[in-house]
Amino acid sequence: MSSTIVSTMSSQATALSQPKSAAAPGALLAQRTERYSSSGIWVGVFAITMSFAAFTSALFVREGTADWAHLVLPSILYVNTLVLLASSGTLEMARHRLLSEAEGTRKASAWVLLTLLLGLAFCVGQYRAWLDLRAEGIYLATNPNSSFFYLLTFLHALHVCAGILALVYLAGRLVASHTTFRRSLFLNTAVYWHFMGVLWVYLFLLCRMKL
Amino acid sequence: MAESSIEPAHIHAPPEGFIRKYVFSLDHKMIGKQYFGLALVAVFTGMILSWLMRIHMVWPAAKIPGLQFLSSAGAPGGVITPEYYLSLMTMHGTLMVFFVLTNAPFAAFGNFFLPIQIGAEDMAFPRFNMMSFWVTFTAWVVLMLAFFIPDGPPIAGWTSYAPLSAVGKDAGPGMQYGMSLWGLSIAIFCIGSLLGALNFIATTLDLRAKGMTLMRMPICTWAWFITSCIALLAFAVLLPACILLILDRHAGTSFYVPGGLVVSDRVQPHSGGSPLLWQHLFWFFGHPEVYIAILPSMGIISHILINSMRKPLLSSKVVIYSMMSIGFLSYMVWGHHMFLSGMNPMSALAFSFPTLTITIPATVLTLIWLGSLYGSNLQINSASLFALGFISMFVAGGVSGFFLAQPSIDIYLHATYFVVGHFHMVMGVASLFGVFAATYFWFPKMSGRMMNETLGKLHFWITFVGTYCIFMPFHYLGLIGNVRRYQSFVDDFMAPYIGWHKFITICALITGAAQFIFLYNLIHSRFKGKPASDNPWNATTLEWTIPSPPPWNNFGDKHPIVYHDPFQYGVKGSKGDYVMQDSPEQVVPASGD
Repeated sequence: MSSTIVSTMSSQATALSQPKSAAAPGALLAQRTERYSSSGIWVGVFAITMSFAAFTSALFVREGTADWAHLVLPSILYVNTLVLLASSGTLEMARHRLLSEAEGTRKASAWVLLTLLLGLAFCVGQYRAWLDLRAEGIYLATNPNSSFFYLLTFLHALHVCAGILALVYLAGRLVASHTTFRRSLFLNTAVYWHFMGVLWVYLFLLCRMKL
Repeated sequence: MAESSIEPAHIHAPPEGFIRKYVFSLDHKMIGKQYFGLALVAVFTGMILSWLMRIHMVWPAAKIPGLQFLSSAGAPGGVITPEYYLSLMTMHGTLMVFFVLTNAPFAAFGNFFLPIQIGAEDMAFPRFNMMSFWVTFTAWVVLMLAFFIPDGPPIAGWTSYAPLSAVGKDAGPGMQYGMSLWGLSIAIFCIGSLLGALNFIATTLDLRAKGMTLMRMPICTWAWFITSCIALLAFAVLLPACILLILDRHAGTSFYVPGGLVVSDRVQPHSGGSPLLWQHLFWFFGHPEVYIAILPSMGIISHILINSMRKPLLSSKVVIYSMMSIGFLSYMVWGHHMFLSGMNPMSALAFSFPTLTITIPATVLTLIWLGSLYGSNLQINSASLFALGFISMFVAGGVSGFFLAQPSIDIYLHATYFVVGHFHMVMGVASLFGVFAATYFWFPKMSGRMMNETLGKLHFWITFVGTYCIFMPFHYLGLIGNVRRYQSFVDDFMAPYIGWHKFITICALITGAAQFIFLYNLIHSRFKGKPASDNPWNATTLEWTIPSPPPWNNFGDKHPIVYHDPFQYGVKGSKGDYVMQDSPEQVVPASGD
């Protein structure tokens, strides 16, 4: 179990190697910031996925019971789906502008604002879907199907609202001054926003097939 | 230049003013201490509740002075009613499992030491970190409110099985508003824990110092990291379960409550829900929660034993892999809590197998600890005593798990004191021994002062012997057929065994009183203790390279560089018998030695 010291010379053979270029400390820190905030967002995405997986399994357990009914989904949901998917596209356009053009910040901020508007439109659309159901006399507690529908769509909308807040902040930073703009902020917002789209498509299919 | 104006989120300004320094602190060390303080308050509350329960169990007519002021309905004239006994039990379990066993070993010590042990200035997201504590604190306030409402705390136990937890006041006292507060509190707690887990994972993955590869992280850092992965999954499932419970209670939905259910002569206005659904969701969280409680302690005592033995474990890698496999398997065993819940008997078999499999990594861990201790020159102090005590509790409490994992034996033992004894030893006391060990070991670093060793050893021996006196008889009582959650045993078939219960109650009072020695030691040492050096235990990991207590930014302006595996003890030729992780001395294992 014992070991021996052979020299006091520093040996970094197994230490993490220094980045190739002699980067300024600021750049190094920025790299680290980008990396850990990216880990953070992916871990968050994972946790949200897990929560909705739990709701899904609850739905499967509940599906087998006697009072399971059928729910005709409001048709505005199809429009909402397109709106949310389009917003992912506009956010990608913003990324394209940021990456490709030297003076792309202004154009990028326009695309981010458009994404923001589409996101808001989605939320309004979801609200409209709830009103449509209410008009038919279908409330949260009417039957298990409506319970799951309101619950899943509401929780998804809540998460979208968090995304909208991030977009507002991002747009603000882009419009105000691009020197203090953090790339990681954009990248992480984009990951989250696309995830909202994917999650919605999944939930929509789930509702469509099971409720 | 764009980059130079970037201010990384994890480097925050030195805290100024009382509020920023002690209340809404962004400093992971202060947040760790806050978690520790919350756990300390919760553990003493929970302990006093258990005293009240034990007293009521054997002397049901005993008047407890002052208790009537807490609840005039639950304890008229200071005499605990059967229903209030259940309230006390629910609050004891909830406080202990959530606010002590989750907060103390994981959130408190993890927050304080994980960033330092990997050489980081702070957690990845200090603001989230602050939020996670204050959200958890809010959850505690909401839970404690249940004591002060006329309804009283809920009587559903810490598992809050549906449908009784979902139907409101018909289910008994405390089940209207008290139960609502419970559901809300646990939902809030989940959010706090999720934020905490997210922070731990991002920090471990990305804020390690130069040279700190994953396999160079100390074992307890690994334990906190694995625990945070478990917590992320577990609390992400408990949160939906609580949301569904709240909806059933307050929005008229029927997720858990079946149709035609009659409670207190009233048909409940629900239809078609599944009571098993709550159990599935709850135990999918609940079993991993057991490992959230114990894994950090496993890491902590490994860390402390290595330091006290002055030599590494037989294999640190195997310890880490064993902890990982325990974490992984913990998600496949939740059904073993439900053998008698009406599941398909085949699924009982399917859950029994991974449950028994989990004993393999657990046994490997135990053998590594014992094998490393064999022939070692262990230094006995409060920390290492509690570490040894952990192993003892883990083995003694774990062995009964073999029995409970068999569906056929569990039919008899289910919901008896055998189960209560099992989980109190293996999850409760073992995990707390890890917390005690951690406190005695790291207190010098946290406060800059040493704890009193004599009091520490006294605390250990009373607690160690007392715990066995309390929980070993639980197993025998369970075998006799003593059902859990019954309020007293003086006038039923258990009457001949009331002597056992009296013995347990007296031991519980003594062992509980011994915890005040710990509290005194903690507070006295904080102000009057012997000043601690930077590295009082001659330890090797990064937290011992910085002053005690550490400055707000941990390493000052330095960025530590790591050259070694974490536990270079028993090294020949160095100044001491150890080489610290950030020392550039090169260490090569001597061949054939």
